[in-house]
Amino acid sequence: MATQYEIVIGLEVHSELKTNSKIFCCSSTEFGGDPNTHICPVCLGLPGVLPVANKKVVEFAIKAGLALNCRIAEFSKFDRKNYYYPDLPKNYQISQYDLPIAEHGYLDITVDGQQKRIGITRVHMEEDAGKLNHEGESMATARYSLVDYNRTGVPLIEIVSEPDIRSPEEARLYLEKMKAILQYTGVSDCKMEEGSLRCDANISVRPVGQKEFGTRTELKNMNSFRALQKALEYEVERQIDVLEDGGRVIQETRTWDEARGITLSMRSKEEAHDYRYFPDPDLVPMIISPQWIEEIRQTLPELPDARRERYIRDYGLPPYDAEVITGSKELSDYFDEGLKHTGNAKALSNWVMGELLKFINASGISVADSDFPIRPASLAELVNLIDRGEISGKIAKDVFAEMQQKGDSPAAIVEAKGLKQISDQGAIAAVVDEVIANNPQSVEDFKNGKEKAIGFLVGQVMKATKGQANPGVVNQLLREKLK
Amino acid sequence: MQFNALTAHELHDKLVKKEISAVEITEAVFKRIDAVEEKVRSFVTQTRDKALETARAVDAKIGRGEEIGPLEGIPVVIKDNMCTEGILTTCSSKMLHNFVPPYSATVVEKLKQAGAVLIGKANLDEFAMGSSTENSRFFATRNPWDTERVPGGSSGGSAAAVAADETIYSLGSDTGGSIRQPASFCGVVGLKPTYGAVSRYGLIAFASSLDQIGPFAKDVRDCARVFSTIAGHDPKDSTSAEFEVPDYTSFLTGDVKGLRIGIPREYFVEGTDPGVKELIYNAINKFEELGAVCEETSLPHTEYALPVYYIIAPAEASSNLARYDGVRYGYRDESAEDIVTMFMRTRSEGFGTEVKRRIMLGTYALSSGYYDAYYLKALKVRTLIKQDFDRALEKFDVLISPTSPTPAFKYGEKAGDPMQMYLSDVFTISVNLAGIPGLTLPCGFVDGLPVGLQLMGRPFGEGTLFKAAYAFEQNTDFHLRKPNL
Repeated sequence: MATQYEIVIGLEVHSELKTNSKIFCCSSTEFGGDPNTHICPVCLGLPGVLPVANKKVVEFAIKAGLALNCRIAEFSKFDRKNYYYPDLPKNYQISQYDLPIAEHGYLDITVDGQQKRIGITRVHMEEDAGKLNHEGESMATARYSLVDYNRTGVPLIEIVSEPDIRSPEEARLYLEKMKAILQYTGVSDCKMEEGSLRCDANISVRPVGQKEFGTRTELKNMNSFRALQKALEYEVERQIDVLEDGGRVIQETRTWDEARGITLSMRSKEEAHDYRYFPDPDLVPMIISPQWIEEIRQTLPELPDARRERYIRDYGLPPYDAEVITGSKELSDYFDEGLKHTGNAKALSNWVMGELLKFINASGISVADSDFPIRPASLAELVNLIDRGEISGKIAKDVFAEMQQKGDSPAAIVEAKGLKQISDQGAIAAVVDEVIANNPQSVEDFKNGKEKAIGFLVGQVMKATKGQANPGVVNQLLREKLK
Repeated sequence: MQFNALTAHELHDKLVKKEISAVEITEAVFKRIDAVEEKVRSFVTQTRDKALETARAVDAKIGRGEEIGPLEGIPVVIKDNMCTEGILTTCSSKMLHNFVPPYSATVVEKLKQAGAVLIGKANLDEFAMGSSTENSRFFATRNPWDTERVPGGSSGGSAAAVAADETIYSLGSDTGGSIRQPASFCGVVGLKPTYGAVSRYGLIAFASSLDQIGPFAKDVRDCARVFSTIAGHDPKDSTSAEFEVPDYTSFLTGDVKGLRIGIPREYFVEGTDPGVKELIYNAINKFEELGAVCEETSLPHTEYALPVYYIIAPAEASSNLARYDGVRYGYRDESAEDIVTMFMRTRSEGFGTEVKRRIMLGTYALSSGYYDAYYLKALKVRTLIKQDFDRALEKFDVLISPTSPTPAFKYGEKAGDPMQMYLSDVFTISVNLAGIPGLTLPCGFVDGLPVGLQLMGRPFGEGTLFKAAYAFEQNTDFHLRKPNL
């Protein structure tokens, strides 16, 4: 029988904190900007400068730590991580080594409807590096390379998970939940495309039942949730193939090649850096008072799990829908805003899960954008129009399509286009009579017990009224007249 | 009397009385530099035009009848490891031979606010690593008392310039004795303040947990005035302390009756020049005459100070000096075809022997597998050394010792033997490790060479050091003697 393998994954997530200024100086953290315009002597590491810790960064890191159920250190310090690279102006990165700001936390993911807890080893603060632009393929082969130090000193937190993740899918779910929690907490934008959320993975496989971990590889350069899952799936297969062929997995760092869909060796363990960590003598240790931690805890917003439970408990949303909506802070905020304008949460949820997501995915516009055409109140109004019988569900889809274009309120669209549902029996009766007269065959069929024929007749009436007739009323009238 | 030979407080009085102008003082200093700089070689850079401009502005202010501060219109030289906006700042290194900072150090800003007249930047051992200024990559500075001898280091240029009356006062930096040892060798007053008393922002780091900026002056009063000006909390330096800065001249009472002075026996062992020892004992007698109570005490971990220092300082330096890689500023080897070769050649050629020696020592001490045995152990012993001082200073107001075991030595005498060179800082290093203040002032001469007396005090106890030093100075005339250049 073939060996069954268990997958063991741990993730290292880097998230940029959205403070206005950098971690150790006053320069702006704004993304973009012309190269080397958001810099100062301190983040450039000029001779003689000194770092001063940004209190907001510490606050955000504590907040993230609390949101991830961590224990916050009462004594924490910064250390220097020494290595040479031209995007690192001091040739050391100020980071945290043995006394990180937060430790021993967890987050929960939902796998196949089951909740699973993933341990968080630690959360630590550090400064980001600059960006290299090579005139050529890589630094080794480029004619020359340019450095942009705008990103240098942008605050980061690194969140290290326990090796509790057991599949590439769980890894993706973990990262998605991490993103949601950090966004809810308001400490990071978590835009993978702008690099404000990045993820490295440690992965190994072992025969089921074996206690010791297999030899792991570290994967880098996964720039999307999909890439993370694909890279891990590839790596699982690669490692199993190596073992099945009687070989040994080599401990090394590998990079994900998105275009080719494979991982490639970057450097071996022997080539790994000795970072020579030591406490940064330019920064004093941080004493974090329990009162401050408590104050920050008070500012924590409702987090995704709590919100999901609320949707299920208070509004009766299906767990899946609640999970999807709360998976995105923007979408969930949108939904909550909409709920202020309608009492029908389930219907609103259906619209969000259906037409709204379809539109978001097709248009690429985010619900948080100021030019997003469909305001939460408008969608809620659409739900109310249906509930009050003013329009049919079918007409509502047309109205929704109209809302995407112009951003008008649904009531205004219904009014302007004369789409209001006709429920007046007198007005509908005339059309019903006409349809009965023009479709003797169907009338005959229905009278002979072919129940289906009524559907055709209703359709004819709807057609004649351009969909505005209340289908319920039409049905009722038809049945009365054909008795 | 030549104006350039006066003290800042004497010149200030003359400025206020309008007996002289700031321009005249500045010109007197330049005239002296023209006469002796060829022999002394204190300056890496002179800033004559800017100096005269500042002096003229001060004169205009006096002309308008406005009040001036104690350092206003008085010339100063700054060690060339403190950043001066728009003025070359080299650390006496090939690595920074062309570096013009876009910002000024906090002390430079403070002096500018005080109306000081910056006349130039002083030579030093490359990146402040050395005890003789022989490690400058540009040229060696000479001791004004004997130009065959070293001025001490690393702040040799700052010390020599004051001793040679090329300036009125100067700033240096002290990591293991780099202010006190050259002040001792050159016969001037020097202060290494409490760690955190003066902002390090803009001081090009050698060893961050030990570096402090301090003054060189012709007498204790000037030293106290300068320190009052540069001390204080700086939000740009996390390690600078928040404390009330007094007017330190208020401690200059001349009264040391009842002052308790400790004599650490570990500072009077073999290896110290007998002539130096004798002068220190004379000084102790003088203090007793003046009513102080002198008693022997012990700093039992003294013998570990040197090895501890030579782990901690190089370890921090190895990281602090990593930024000099040729990518952004300073020297770059242009011949390399790839980045790693560029890094290696730039650093091999840009740094001198002593700097590279310490970078290698420090890199080794921090390496994986050695960290606990070296760096961590050194930090623990450092704590023990600090506790020695804490205990001794519970009982005593001041501790007294020689500043250096010998007077100024000859050129080349120790240049080939790093260990011998390191030993000339054996009495000053502990003070940096403990973070306490240390002051040196002239206490006599051996074979015509000045000798310094070191006073050590409690953290932020500079006032007490000034009080003791001033009383000694008032009752001796060593500080009034001038070298014959």
